[in-house]
Amino acid sequence: MLRLEHIYWLAALLLGSAVVIDLRARRWAHAAFWLLLALMFAGGDAVLAAARTGQRLPQQAVGAGVVVLALLAAFGLRRDGPAARAGDRGDARPGHRLFLPALLIPVLTAGLVLAAPHLRWGDTPLLPREQVTLGALALACALSTVAALRVTRARAVAALRENHRLLDTIGWAAVLPMLLAALGNVFAATGVGEAVAQLVAAVIPVDNRIACLAAYALGMALFTAIMGNAFAAFPVLTGGIALPLLVGRHGADAAALGSLGMLAGYCGTLLTPMAANFNLVPAALLELSHPNAVIRAQVPTALALFAVNFVLMYLLVFR
Amino acid sequence: MNYWPLLGVLVVILGFALRLNPMLVVVAAGLASGIAAGLPPGDLLSLLGESFLSSRTLLLFVLTLPTIGLLERAGLREHAQAWVAGLRGLTLARLLVAYLALRQCLCMLGLVDLGGHAQTVRPLLAPMAEAAAQRGQPQLAAAQREEVKALAAATENVARFFGEDVFIAFGAVLLIQAFLARNGIVLEPLAIALWALPTAVAAFLIHATRLVLFQRRLRRDARPHAGAGADAAS
Repeated sequence: MLRLEHIYWLAALLLGSAVVIDLRARRWAHAAFWLLLALMFAGGDAVLAAARTGQRLPQQAVGAGVVVLALLAAFGLRRDGPAARAGDRGDARPGHRLFLPALLIPVLTAGLVLAAPHLRWGDTPLLPREQVTLGALALACALSTVAALRVTRARAVAALRENHRLLDTIGWAAVLPMLLAALGNVFAATGVGEAVAQLVAAVIPVDNRIACLAAYALGMALFTAIMGNAFAAFPVLTGGIALPLLVGRHGADAAALGSLGMLAGYCGTLLTPMAANFNLVPAALLELSHPNAVIRAQVPTALALFAVNFVLMYLLVFR
Repeated sequence: MNYWPLLGVLVVILGFALRLNPMLVVVAAGLASGIAAGLPPGDLLSLLGESFLSSRTLLLFVLTLPTIGLLERAGLREHAQAWVAGLRGLTLARLLVAYLALRQCLCMLGLVDLGGHAQTVRPLLAPMAEAAAQRGQPQLAAAQREEVKALAAATENVARFFGEDVFIAFGAVLLIQAFLARNGIVLEPLAIALWALPTAVAAFLIHATRLVLFQRRLRRDARPHAGAGADAAS
C-alpha cells in the first residue's frame, strides 16, 4: 500500500512549501536550494528506474544538481534569514497537552512497527515491507501533525510555515548527511578503502598481536572519523587487518572482534564533523553558536570509552 | 594499487581544517577521488547522483518538523522548562543520567526511533536541561547555556550508539554477521550482539560520571557569580 516513494513525495511536498515561502520573501538562493532538493525527492525513483534501463542522463543531471547544491550552500545561503521568526502565539495555554503530539511521533512509530505484520489491506501490507520503520515514521508524523493542529488550534498553513522556519534554522546541514553518504559511495567505488588498508598493513609489525589490535581499533576510529560512518569503515578494515592478521595469524575470536571493532568505530563517530546527522545537525537544531559544540561535548567520553573498549578487546578476543 | 584516490581523504581533512563550507568540501573530495581514480566525468556525475538519491532516507527527519514547529510556536519549550523548574529534586545531572539510561535501554530493545535530535532533544530534552541547570544557578552565562544544550545532544548520541549495538536486529550487528559469513565465519547475531554489552555498560558509567562532574563544575563556578548577583539585586 504505502510505498517508500510516497514517503519521498511527502517530503518533496514539505520542501516544496518552503520554496513557495522563500520565493514570496524574495530569497532566491534559498528557494533554488530547496527546489532542487524537492525535485530530487519527487523524481528520484523515476531517475533511478531510468538509470536501470540504461538512461543515464537524468542521473547525471542529479549529480550536477548535487554540485549546484553545494555551491548554493557555500555561497548563496545566508545564515540569518529574515523569514526565520516564530509566528505570534495564540492566547491558548494548552499546558501538558502540548507534550501529547510530541510523544505521539515516537510512540506511534514504535507501535506501528510492532503491529506492521498485522496491518494489511486485503493481501497487501499497509507499510512498505522492506522499510517498515520509515513507513511507520511517516504515518506517525502525519497523524501527529493533525494532533498538533488540534491541540494548538492553529490553522493548517501554520504547519507549513513552522516547517519552513525549522528548515531554515537547520539550513544546508540538513542535506549534509546525504552528501556524506554519497561521498562514502564514491570513496568505495574508487578504492580509497583498500588503499588505506594496504598502507596500514604495510607499516605495522604483523607478528605483534597488540600492534595489530591497535592498528585495527585505531584504524576503525580514524577511518570512521574520515568517512563519518562506521559501516563504511568496517568491511575495509576488517577485511584488510582483522581477518587476515588477527583472526588468521593470531587466532582472535571473530564474533567479539567484529562487535568491539564496530564500537571502536563508533567512538570515532562521536569525534567527527563528517557524521553530520549526529554532530552538526543537532548543533544547528539547537542553534548553538559553534557548529562543533556537540563534538566538543563528546570528546572526553569518546576518548575514555575508546581506551576501555580497547582493553576489553584485548581481554575478550584473545581468550 | 592506485593510491591517488586518497587525494579525496586529503581534501576532506584540509577542508575541515581550513573551516571551508562542509558541503563544498565533501563534493570537492568526491570529485577529486573520482578524477584521481580515472573515472570519466559522465560516470562520476552518475555515481554521485545515484549515491545521493539512494540515501534520501537520511532527510526524512523533516517529516517531524511541522509537528515540532507547531508545538514550539504554542510554547512547548517554555512549558517543558516551566515544568522542570517546578520539580525540585530534578537536577541537571539526574535528568541527563535518567535520559541516558532510559534511551540506552530502549535502543537495546530495538526502539531506536523513540527519540532523536529533532523529535526529543530540541523540543524537550534541551529546554528541560537548561531549566534544570538554571535552578542550580540562576545566572547561567550564555557559554554555559550552550554547553548544557550541547551536552544534551551528546547524551542522546552516546545513549543511541552504545545501546543499539546490543540489539540483535540492528543494522550494525547484521552487517557484521553478513560480512563474517561472506568470509566463511558463520555466527548467530546474538553471539555478536552480546559482546557489545560490556562497552555499553562502560559508556553509561563514563558519560554519567562526566554529567555529574559537569554539574559540580557549574555549581562551583556559580558561587562567586551568585554573590555578585545578590549584590546587584540589592
